[in-house]
Amino acid sequence: MTVIHHSHANDHSVPYAKRGPAPTNVLVGYGFWLYLLSDIIMFSAMFAAYAVLSSHTAGGPKGIDLFVKGDVLLETVFLLVSSFTCGIMGLASAAKNRNHTYWAALATFVLGAGFLILELQEFSHMVHEGAGPSRSAFLSAFFALVGLHGLHVFVGLVWLVVMMLQVKTIGFSDMVQRRLNCFNLFWHALDIVWIGVFTIVYLGAK
Amino acid sequence: MSDLINKRNHYDDTHPATPGEIHDYKEGIQKYTIGLVLAAILTALSFWAADSASVWAPSMPALLAALAIGQMGVHLVFFLHISSGPESTNNILALCFGVFVVALVVFGSIIIMTNLNEHMLPMDQLMNIQIQR
Repeated sequence: MTVIHHSHANDHSVPYAKRGPAPTNVLVGYGFWLYLLSDIIMFSAMFAAYAVLSSHTAGGPKGIDLFVKGDVLLETVFLLVSSFTCGIMGLASAAKNRNHTYWAALATFVLGAGFLILELQEFSHMVHEGAGPSRSAFLSAFFALVGLHGLHVFVGLVWLVVMMLQVKTIGFSDMVQRRLNCFNLFWHALDIVWIGVFTIVYLGAK
Repeated sequence: MSDLINKRNHYDDTHPATPGEIHDYKEGIQKYTIGLVLAAILTALSFWAADSASVWAPSMPALLAALAIGQMGVHLVFFLHISSGPESTNNILALCFGVFVVALVVFGSIIIMTNLNEHMLPMDQLMNIQIQR
């Protein structure tokens, strides 16, 4: 009986409520989606802190004097295109196309690393100018928010390397496919958080 | 029973596709390309508007917020494949709750802190009181 129910999982003629338990990859995707939402709630606390503290510069440098919009635009382009190549990687791995998966993953990694390098250059430049995180409440909030996003990107890059090693050694098993799908969701969610960062922090700088 | 369980696992192994997932490689690439183009246009508009003198300055925050929310929507639909289909119901419910909590945290903090700020004495007067003690 369970098996019959289960075989209805993709059958659109059967009412949704009567289709039985969802396939594992749907459940895994949903669970990871819940994690991502809780991660975004954590980011929202950082955004709230930044919004409250961004005018408290304690006589130190203001955002508009520190931020270079050209660099931010380049970072945004890197992350957006890497989101695209990451999606292509997901499609290629669903089609079990090994070559396309590796190339798309390489493009995603290079763009993500480029983003991170630009961000670290910006940070070190600011610290050298005496605008480090301990200078003012504004800068503490800035480094906490943008640094947290950068940390997520770094973790994502490590995860991507691990996933490519798993594709190489295990192949496109269901388990690896599910993990690749989770990585895809993670990377896209980071790009969504970045939209908030560049709009509120960089374009909204006063 | 173990046979049933085996069959069930077998089912999972042979049907990896999620309901509503894109099965066609080319169709998927088309969808991502549309998403990329839309997102690029919205990003370009944001960066242009922020530096532009032709945008009425007081409307700038609302314009930037609208562009950002629009781009987040594009990412959700074209990259994260959130749809109105029955497969997405649970994801959308969770997303709605997430957005609700985010709004509470962000706007709640801003309202409370602005209010506190308005009720505080200016810093020089506050220092003056402390010195007098």
